[in-house]
Amino acid sequence: MQSHILSIILFTPLVGAILLMFVPKDNKDAIRWIANLFALGGLLVSLPLVPWFWAQRFEPGFKFMEGAPNNWIPSIGAGYVLGIDGISFLLIMLTTLLGWVSILSSWTAIENRVKEYYIWFLILQVGMLGVFMSLDFFLFFVFWEAMLVPMYLLIGIWGGPRKLYAAIKFFLYTLFGSVLMLLSVLFLYFYNFRQTGSYTFSIQALYRTAPHIFHDPAYGSTFAILLFLAFFLAFAIKVPMFPFHTWLPDAHVEAPTAGSVILAGVLLKMGTYGFVRFALPFFPDVVMHPKVRGWMIALSIIGIIYGALVSLMQKDMKKLVAYSSVSHLGFCTLGIFALNPAGLSGSVLQQINHGISTGALFLIVGILYERRHTREISEYGGISNVMPLYATITMIMFLSSMGLPLLNGFVGEFTILQGTFVENWRWAAWAVPGVILAAAYLLWLYQRVFFGTVTNPKNEKLHDLTPREVLTFVPLLIMAFWIGLYPKPFFQILQQPVNQLVLTVRPDYPGISSPVNASIPAAPAQAAALHPVTAETTKVAKP
Amino acid sequence: MGGAQYFTGTDYLLSLPIILLTLFALGILLIDLMIPRELKWVNAATAFVGVLFAAGGLVRIQLAQAELMLQGERVEWAFMHSMIMDHFAIYFSYLFLAGAAIAILMSVRYLEIEHEHHGEFYSLILFSVVGMMVMASGFDIVLIFIGLELMAISTYVLVGFLRSDKRSNEAALKYLLLGAFSSGIFAYGLSLFYGLTGSTNLVNIGIGVQRELTARHNHASPILVVALLTTCVGLFFKIAAIPFHQWLPDAYEGAPTSVTGFMSVAVKAAAWAMLLRILIWGLYPMRKVYLPLLIFVSIVTMTGANLAALTQNNLKRLLAYSSIAHVGYMLLGLVAFASVDYPDAAMTDGLKGILLYLLVYTFMNLGAFAVVTSLRQRDVIGDEIDDIAGLFSRAPTEAVLMLIFLLSLAGIPPLAGFYGKYFIFLSLMESGHYVLASLAVLYAVFGLYYYMRIANAMFMREATDKTRLPISVAMKFALGVSAVATVYIGIFPERFIKLVTWSAGL
Repeated sequence: MQSHILSIILFTPLVGAILLMFVPKDNKDAIRWIANLFALGGLLVSLPLVPWFWAQRFEPGFKFMEGAPNNWIPSIGAGYVLGIDGISFLLIMLTTLLGWVSILSSWTAIENRVKEYYIWFLILQVGMLGVFMSLDFFLFFVFWEAMLVPMYLLIGIWGGPRKLYAAIKFFLYTLFGSVLMLLSVLFLYFYNFRQTGSYTFSIQALYRTAPHIFHDPAYGSTFAILLFLAFFLAFAIKVPMFPFHTWLPDAHVEAPTAGSVILAGVLLKMGTYGFVRFALPFFPDVVMHPKVRGWMIALSIIGIIYGALVSLMQKDMKKLVAYSSVSHLGFCTLGIFALNPAGLSGSVLQQINHGISTGALFLIVGILYERRHTREISEYGGISNVMPLYATITMIMFLSSMGLPLLNGFVGEFTILQGTFVENWRWAAWAVPGVILAAAYLLWLYQRVFFGTVTNPKNEKLHDLTPREVLTFVPLLIMAFWIGLYPKPFFQILQQPVNQLVLTVRPDYPGISSPVNASIPAAPAQAAALHPVTAETTKVAKP
Repeated sequence: MGGAQYFTGTDYLLSLPIILLTLFALGILLIDLMIPRELKWVNAATAFVGVLFAAGGLVRIQLAQAELMLQGERVEWAFMHSMIMDHFAIYFSYLFLAGAAIAILMSVRYLEIEHEHHGEFYSLILFSVVGMMVMASGFDIVLIFIGLELMAISTYVLVGFLRSDKRSNEAALKYLLLGAFSSGIFAYGLSLFYGLTGSTNLVNIGIGVQRELTARHNHASPILVVALLTTCVGLFFKIAAIPFHQWLPDAYEGAPTSVTGFMSVAVKAAAWAMLLRILIWGLYPMRKVYLPLLIFVSIVTMTGANLAALTQNNLKRLLAYSSIAHVGYMLLGLVAFASVDYPDAAMTDGLKGILLYLLVYTFMNLGAFAVVTSLRQRDVIGDEIDDIAGLFSRAPTEAVLMLIFLLSLAGIPPLAGFYGKYFIFLSLMESGHYVLASLAVLYAVFGLYYYMRIANAMFMREATDKTRLPISVAMKFALGVSAVATVYIGIFPERFIKLVTWSAGL
């Protein structure tokens, strides 16, 4: 049975974008209404996915498959194949949610060239959804590249003072990584042809042949590592991992608020998703190679600490949040390369958490910026006196971002650290200071901006949140509390794909039977047994 | 050759498009004398109809060939084996006609603005297309050379068509001198092959060369190497590969913009058809000998052109260097072709890549030049990057189309330009040229930078002149065709891939 739900979700924003092209550009309110309706529509059509997916969450394999291999360009072997598992399901829901939130948040922020703005934004939404849904590498690559264009324009047209530089830097960096990935996958494609006699970009077909390159005497392990490195470069730039992160602060700072929300909330996840969906299953032996894995872990840890330290020193709020993303994404990649169920499911959950809380942080910064047109921390102080509701929401989101228990950030980071600790306690020990530093830079920021008396006379007349602005935060707050208080459903959704992935990479991993048994409770949910882990890691971290 | 002493009906059928175009070109020269100044567009219309008739002639040939094929008869050779109207030649003829048709549409308003609207312009375009068709279908080096000269002389005049413009005159002179020089070297190389093999027909040259090589245990004799080198130099001059490219930026910059567009696609495609005919059909046995040369030239071409394009501020010069860079990528397809033996996938993919590249390049590059052409106004030359600044507020549709063309040139999927690069990179990976492939994709990133400089100017800068840009109907049509082709090939490439597979005779 073919269900077309994924195509419907994918193309709803595109319909909106095409419709908008026919609206006269001076009718700004009509444009805003249409864009918002289609963004909300995109969220609404994705909601039926929740119960449907829930019903088959433990079943193996991809769900809601659509299309067939090689049906798009038979002579190349590219197909329009869509399908999701637990990991992409969560990321798709995050995308539709954040897409709506960020379009809603742009209502007053964007005043010039409104029509184009919404058109590009909706097209961007299509690109991101396509990346998470594609089960054909060619299709994936098309979405992956095509999505750069709207983002480039969003930064370049509606961005801040250094927008030209930031936009082109973003574009070049990402393209640089992805062209080498293209070469690498062309080799996998060719290798698949050698092994099976058929040309195809179907991911499931490549999953079967790509891992053999490592042991193939004709190419050998070094060659497989090089192929992996091409993938690594593409995804590490996107995440961004430590030495490749320099595009991120520029792009974030210059992008308009909604652009930053989407950039941090969804675009960065494409990198981590790429690791999980492609790099790991294509090259299981390479990622388990101690040297490669050591480097990955080391870069993740450097990212965590470095991002946090740099955040601590920022004078610009948006830049602070941008660098905090480097730190948080470091946790995500750390979890991925822990390569066990806890680390991977924690990592995916942390990606969702980061989307929610950092998305909210960018909205928070954007709201102040819209009122005062500055993001300098020193311009503010005592904001909680004039904007109490705003201050409350900000506090909750800061706490969520720094990983306070009962809020979402804690669950993700905790599970990641747990997974890492199982592999090597030193890795976890090195990562833990990141959590502490996160608390430091966020609380210090809060103190400087919100506490005390209003010192700057310009801040005395600021009005509190409007109902529309509150509405943008409501879904994020709900999600933050939900994941924080009752993460079990999320872990259950992740259980099957994550276990499957661990099995692919480490066939002899204890505790996972193949095929994955539906009755196994999600391991990370047994949090009670894990308390000593944090106590010990924290001890190590604080000399 | 001997044999038939008279031309047969088949000969006339297979040269039908060439005859039709020649008649139309001559007709325009006559009609032009009779029509008043305001009605000069009739010349353009006549030329356009001529192109359509020639396309009809090609269809006629295809139908006849298909019909005879059913009876097991392959009718491709004409004029006593000096010309072959095979799929390859038909494919290229369509390409030339498409390029010429779009260039004619682009020229109407442009020439009026330049006050140089003469019938000769269109007739020269048709004559050069005749030359191109002869180059693509010629299988005898003499015929190929005649075609080349017919095309080249027509284009020399076209480049210098703006008689009162110094840049145009200078460009035409440079192009003429260097073109004649390179034709000389080329003819020298061909004459050596004639001397070595005793024939001017590519089939016999191939056989002769093979015999020479076998006699010397697959080592090329010095004279063979000299013949190959001089021929290749001539060919590289014509496709403008570095270090034989110096004429190109000047010629492109000085020529009337619509002619630049025409040269960058049709003239280039014709040079490629000739190069492929000679190197693949004729000198196939020597492919291991010219492989190092190809590798060297392609690397130098990509490096030099991409670096030079980075700093250009003139749109036409920038696109000129970008077109040289594209030649570098296409040469890589030939590298893959030459480095493997017959039934290897890399061979077919490399050739497919070149052919597909030329097809998509025709539309995307002409589209980009069409936008640049439309910038030319009564008092604005409009070929600097500053002139395109803020184009989005002056002509939003054109700006978005230009963005599509630029992204396609940069090879961003799902636009047509991606597939040309795709097949070339694939063929490189298949033939084991990993380093070369990595180099090529990295230069593609460079490419994006300079294309995006134009996009930056169009979308992110303010226009100095806020008036709306007037676009003629013909120009809109040209832009529309190019844009639809660029996007359509990008999203549904299947039948076009089939088409190039067919045209390569695979």
